[in-house]
Amino acid sequence: MVASEGGDLTYLLDLLKEPVLAAQEFFVLTGRAFNNIFRRPHYGDDIILQMDTIGVGSLPIVVMTGFFSGAVMALQMSRALADYGQVGRTGTLVSLTLVRELGPVLTAMMVAGRNSSGIASELGSMKVTEQIDAMRALGTDPVQKLVTPRLLATAFMLPLLTVIADFVGMFGGWVIAEVFLNLPARQYWSSVWRALVWDDVTQGLMKPLIFGVIISLVGCYQGLRTTGGTQGVGRSTTQAVVWATVLIFVVDLLITKIFVSGGA
Amino acid sequence: MPERNKTSVLRFENVTVAFDGEVALHDVSFEAFEGDSRVILGAAGSGKTVLLKVAMGLTKPESGKVFVFGKDISRMSEKQLFDIRGKIGMLFQESALFDSLNIEENVAYPLLNQPSIQCPRAEVLPRVKEALEFVELAGTLEKFPSELSGGMRRRAAIARAVVTEPPLQMYDSPTAGLDPITAHTIMALLIKERDVSQATTLVVTHRYQDGNLIANFRYNSKQGALEPAQSGEKEKLRTTFMVLKEGRPVFEGDQDSLEASTDSYISKFVKQRI
Ligand SMILES: Nc1ncnc2c1ncn2[C@@H]1O[C@H](COP(=O)(O)OP(=O)(O)O)[C@@H](O)[C@H]1O
Ligand SMILES: [Mg+2]
Repeated sequence: MVASEGGDLTYLLDLLKEPVLAAQEFFVLTGRAFNNIFRRPHYGDDIILQMDTIGVGSLPIVVMTGFFSGAVMALQMSRALADYGQVGRTGTLVSLTLVRELGPVLTAMMVAGRNSSGIASELGSMKVTEQIDAMRALGTDPVQKLVTPRLLATAFMLPLLTVIADFVGMFGGWVIAEVFLNLPARQYWSSVWRALVWDDVTQGLMKPLIFGVIISLVGCYQGLRTTGGTQGVGRSTTQAVVWATVLIFVVDLLITKIFVSGGA
Repeated sequence: MPERNKTSVLRFENVTVAFDGEVALHDVSFEAFEGDSRVILGAAGSGKTVLLKVAMGLTKPESGKVFVFGKDISRMSEKQLFDIRGKIGMLFQESALFDSLNIEENVAYPLLNQPSIQCPRAEVLPRVKEALEFVELAGTLEKFPSELSGGMRRRAAIARAVVTEPPLQMYDSPTAGLDPITAHTIMALLIKERDVSQATTLVVTHRYQDGNLIANFRYNSKQGALEPAQSGEKEKLRTTFMVLKEGRPVFEGDQDSLEASTDSYISKFVKQRI
């Protein structure tokens, strides 16, 4: 009995070994990436380039998802509110759900799908073609040159994109209110603005900041640990999207919990 | 062998490397002196690439010591290693040119980024052009690696490896995947670079012909071609051969004893020549 329990335990420990090592590696990379923010040399050109691909490149898709999620929320909420005769407050719910949840999470999803995978496949191809080794051989730290610029660019651009998605979503809600609900524009917009307090804005900006860190670091981590040729690059790309998405939801819950408890 | 009293450039002391328990290099020891040429032969997967990466500090040995220019690099931090790497030129197996940079930027990269190389801005472009002319690639400055053929990429990567004039040069399978004519051109370039710079040269290859060229030919700068070395010069070329088999060194010595070897793995390499 004792022996079999011991056997089970080692089996369990063996199962845990790999995820624990992976987590450790991930945190080491995170530490180095943040450390490098304050260290020379700074690769300003790379930051600008990444801001362009991540920020400007994601704009169309973020605008689209923002618009349709705002519109769909307005439709759903107006139906629920109709039961209480409160259709006039549709703007309130659209604005709260957008700023607190849908804006940050949906934007992060879109950018994760586009850029976590993009980063993982770019760094992964560099890894399997020895370009990462060449970089080290030629005097640059790949974390400094590749990871830190992507971290800064994503953490900076994602809140901006989220704000844009929020506004476009509110606009989408207004289109629904105007066309299907016969709400006066003034009533819609004033309920939208009055719903928001500073706490919501803080929450709505803090989330994308942290999601941006997750998206870039997961992408870089998966890219840099790629092995096994082009097939390996494909695997890393998928892993990056899966992990970034899961982590965004987990962290979203944590942050929301902090704000909900704090507000109460 | 007569003592030459030369400076040691690269020394491996009982180096063992393993990846997840799989041994890639097993107890490798050798020493290369200033101006030496060393040819490392081995089948695919025998640990040739790993050996070069250990010599650059890109891969850490599990046990043993690696001395480069007299300094033990096996325990150095990445930052300390940058100084040493500035003195080593490395051609990677698949060229490893940066896809996102054009050829000019690729060749300029070590001049601009190697912390131990202080190259004034104004000298960067002339030196890049000179290095590209050396490998007969002048006129491709604006091209991207994806626009070049395999042989041209290899040549651009050689230019990037030697643009800083490093005293230790390492070439990882310089002829792998090239047709015989292009392969010969690349080998001629390596020998030209070795004879012009007098650098210590390590060539890793699975082709015995490459080793034979390194050991017996020299670059004639007047004719701009390779020519067989005279017997007096042959002594000066001082080429040592080393054979790796599944991570273990199974031979070290000069060409004559290599050709005399009766070991079946070793003689397989030598027979390729005929
Ligand atoms: N980063 C790595 N991770 C795991 N195994 C590796 C790694 N690099 C090399 N190996 C293994 O080490 C052995 C030697 O590889 P290598 O030096 O690339 O051979 P070659 O002589 O063809 O250059 C191979 O079995 C290879 O699978
Ligand atoms: Mg190899």
